[in-house]
Amino acid sequence: MTKDNSEYLIERRDNVYEVVIGLEVHAQVTSNSKLFSSSSTTFGAEPNTQVSLVDAAFPGMLPVINEYCVKQAIKTGIGLRAQINKRSVFDRKNYFYADLPQGYQISQFKYPIVGEGTVVLDMAHGQKEVGIERLHLEQDAGKSIHDMDPQNTLVDLNRSGVALMEIVSKPDMRTPDEVSAYVKKLRSIMRYLGTCDGNMQEGSLRADVNISVRIKGSDKLGTRCEIKNVNSIKFMQMAIDYEANRQVDLIEEDKTIDQETRLFDTKKNETRSMRSKEDAHDYRYFPDPDLLPLEVTDEFIEKLKADIPELPDDKKKRFIDEFKVSAYEATILVSDIDTAKYFEEVVAKMGKNRDMKLAVNWITGELFAVLNNKNLEITQSPISAKNLAKLINLIKNGTISGKIAKTIFELMIDGDIDPQIIVEKKGLKQESDPKALEALIDKIINDNREKAIEYKNGKEKLFGFFVGQAMKASSGKANPQLINEILKKKLQ
Amino acid sequence: MSDITSLTLTELVKNIKDKKISSEETTKAFIDRGEKSRDLNAYITEDFSNALLKAKSFDQKPNFDLKLPGVPMAVKDLFCTKDVKTTAGSKILNNFIPPYESTVTQNIWDVGAILLGKLNCDEFAMGSSNETSFFGNVQSPIDKGLVPGGSSGGSASALAANLTPITIGTDTGGSIRQPASFTGTVGLKPTYGSCSRYGIVAFASSLDQAGPMSKDVKDCALLQEIISTYDEKDSTSIDFKRNEYSKELTNNIKGKKIGVPKEYRVDRMPKEIEDLWTKGIEYAKDCGAEIIEISLPHTNYALPTYYIVAPAEASSNLARYDGVKYGFRSKGENLIDMYEKTRSEGFGSEVQRRIMIGTYVLSSGYYDAYYLKAQKVRKLIKNDFEEAYKKVDAILTPSTPSAAFKIGEKTNDPVSMYLNDIFTVPVNLAGLPAISIPAGVDVKGYPLGLQIIGKAFDEQNILNIAYAMEEKIQFRNKITDWWIK
Repeated sequence: MTKDNSEYLIERRDNVYEVVIGLEVHAQVTSNSKLFSSSSTTFGAEPNTQVSLVDAAFPGMLPVINEYCVKQAIKTGIGLRAQINKRSVFDRKNYFYADLPQGYQISQFKYPIVGEGTVVLDMAHGQKEVGIERLHLEQDAGKSIHDMDPQNTLVDLNRSGVALMEIVSKPDMRTPDEVSAYVKKLRSIMRYLGTCDGNMQEGSLRADVNISVRIKGSDKLGTRCEIKNVNSIKFMQMAIDYEANRQVDLIEEDKTIDQETRLFDTKKNETRSMRSKEDAHDYRYFPDPDLLPLEVTDEFIEKLKADIPELPDDKKKRFIDEFKVSAYEATILVSDIDTAKYFEEVVAKMGKNRDMKLAVNWITGELFAVLNNKNLEITQSPISAKNLAKLINLIKNGTISGKIAKTIFELMIDGDIDPQIIVEKKGLKQESDPKALEALIDKIINDNREKAIEYKNGKEKLFGFFVGQAMKASSGKANPQLINEILKKKLQ
Repeated sequence: MSDITSLTLTELVKNIKDKKISSEETTKAFIDRGEKSRDLNAYITEDFSNALLKAKSFDQKPNFDLKLPGVPMAVKDLFCTKDVKTTAGSKILNNFIPPYESTVTQNIWDVGAILLGKLNCDEFAMGSSNETSFFGNVQSPIDKGLVPGGSSGGSASALAANLTPITIGTDTGGSIRQPASFTGTVGLKPTYGSCSRYGIVAFASSLDQAGPMSKDVKDCALLQEIISTYDEKDSTSIDFKRNEYSKELTNNIKGKKIGVPKEYRVDRMPKEIEDLWTKGIEYAKDCGAEIIEISLPHTNYALPTYYIVAPAEASSNLARYDGVKYGFRSKGENLIDMYEKTRSEGFGSEVQRRIMIGTYVLSSGYYDAYYLKAQKVRKLIKNDFEEAYKKVDAILTPSTPSAAFKIGEKTNDPVSMYLNDIFTVPVNLAGLPAISIPAGVDVKGYPLGLQIIGKAFDEQNILNIAYAMEEKIQFRNKITDWWIK
């Protein structure tokens, strides 16, 4: 099905279809209090303990905009290189549901706070731009719990009124990999900005996926289906794969695709119709008369701009220029703000005689493996940047070999121990004295005379055998480079 | 001294400050009269025993520096009052006890006043005769079988009948001014944004405004300066310089330019209303004001515009009454069924009618033709006033197109009921302040009011004009206490 990484095409008979994907990402704004009330937003609190009279829609209660959330949305807009709208309007989206206390959600319909922007994806085959249609602020609903009581549905309003940013992309994505890269990039940008923690398990980031298919080469969009509320990248990819094939099959069977909202069943790995266009809610949007239009000045926006940290794209460029790492390496290092921070700290601690190659390899290799194994974030890394830098410097200045370094690394994990101390305590310092090594090699050649003759007669594979013997004899501490040089000389 | 309950607020405050009467005596007097006047059905909730306790405690440690020292008063049941049932005249809030206080009532208690109880009103303030209340219609003290107007009908009736020395209402399309006009009392709808809407059960957010209802203009000015505060809890509250209206009150309005809009001479206007208006113009002239004919060309569209905007907002504002969180709930087979039963049983027919109108005008396909167009017309109406205020300082009109009518007379004809608001709704649409003062009577002797409309934030000016005219008019309400056996 997949021809190469840059394409995701579905073939049936003589037809080749491409998939057109757009995303509506709901990102919870990082903020201590809700969008229109002062209730706390801490995740995981006891049900209905973070609910104000406003959140529970008591009579006569009025929303008051949280300025911090507005700043967060504007910052995100800046991070998406988007138009910031100096005037935006909050609308009411009217519908009844038990976990929607007001009977409407306050959202932005006609005039969002952020307009068009761009996100750049670093794909294996090159860069890809995805357009941003808009970003608007809205309230989250509460949570209906259907499985705690056999008779009743229970409602938890802790989430009711929490600020969300809905980020709508243009239908610019064509493959599940691009969707994955897009979500990761959005997450990365927002984490850099501190505007959304991007925690998908806690529901801080979830997406509605819009999918349509068309014959490759066509410039007309097909009928789209919207898959609601997918909360992991893996599920997004699975849902796209299922849904795109479902749509292609319908076309191939000359059936029509209904524009509808669908749900992704993660257990059965299929999408199911939730409601058709005819059943779609009439939300009766209208400007919320309890709130004035949101107006911000150029000065307000400029002040926020001045606060924007270096974002992944700029950081990547700088890493390439300043640290001479490859584009690929830079992409990995900047993808998460904490990884980038860790890397820069290692670089700083390595000092003048730094070795970027080693630093990158050790972070993306050994360290990532340990974090992965222990299911830790880099901020919880068992080895501090300082000590990793020391370890790298020990390799760089020849004190230890790369192989010994791996042993030391394992020992460092338990308690973030200074590698220098391990080297001294365990006597792991590399043997780099040419005279001592020469004596050691002389003895090995002497002990293996036949093999030395065989080697001289052309059996070059035996060189490895001598290296191995030398390392063994030195308990791995011999400087491998010197061993090679001396062996070559002696076996001539 | 004359009967305590017939004193104006200003007189009452003076008597209390002069220690001629205590808060307890005062409170008792109003409670006694309230108990004798239950046939008026002005109260939904009496909080008499608490009021008495508060009055006693005030007397033990009186603070006469307060503006309303130990003064008891009843308020419209649209204001949420902490720990006192607040129903908005609806079955759906029949059992609702707010754990919070509205800003406006808090402002009143903060200056020493004491809550007597909660006054009847049209359900969710939707009505012009106080006949839509779940708690029954209110009788006007003016005459048996007469409506007191609405929606602040309980407030107007209680005030005119001396059950409270002063009161507050809310005015979305005329709900303070029309009942004031019907009961021979004074009612002020302040500029939108003057009084906080926090804690007031919402009807139509962009129009709702709380305001004072009083026996005379001076009292009105005093209460207005108490209730009008900037409030961060209401995003539409406006931070402007508020006067000490009662202190700055003057009857010197010489040279004030008062506009008379020709469009308010509506077809089939009763002669007595026209005469009242003419008389009003003469009074204004007598006070030294200059009368200028003006035009408010979009007046005709105000009523239909209002009956799109107000129901639209109401349909959304009332969505929260769904039986889930508080208030009345009916049992249902499932969630939708519960909603339907709760709302069909919990809301009265006028409220349901307006929810349906509002839902309709916001529906996709109709939004542009109704709601959006209404918003555009609303802007035109606002512009009309802005244009007029380039030439005049205030505008004089009748408050209502007729005097009070009989209970039941218009209940089956909503349009004729809605027409009651014809002179008052343009003011709400434009967000302006307006005061109704009693100015005469119709052939049956029922009170008629004149409305003075001001520029935004210019409450002082219309209070001054009203104050000056009040002196000339010398209106006396004839209340016979017919309901007291």
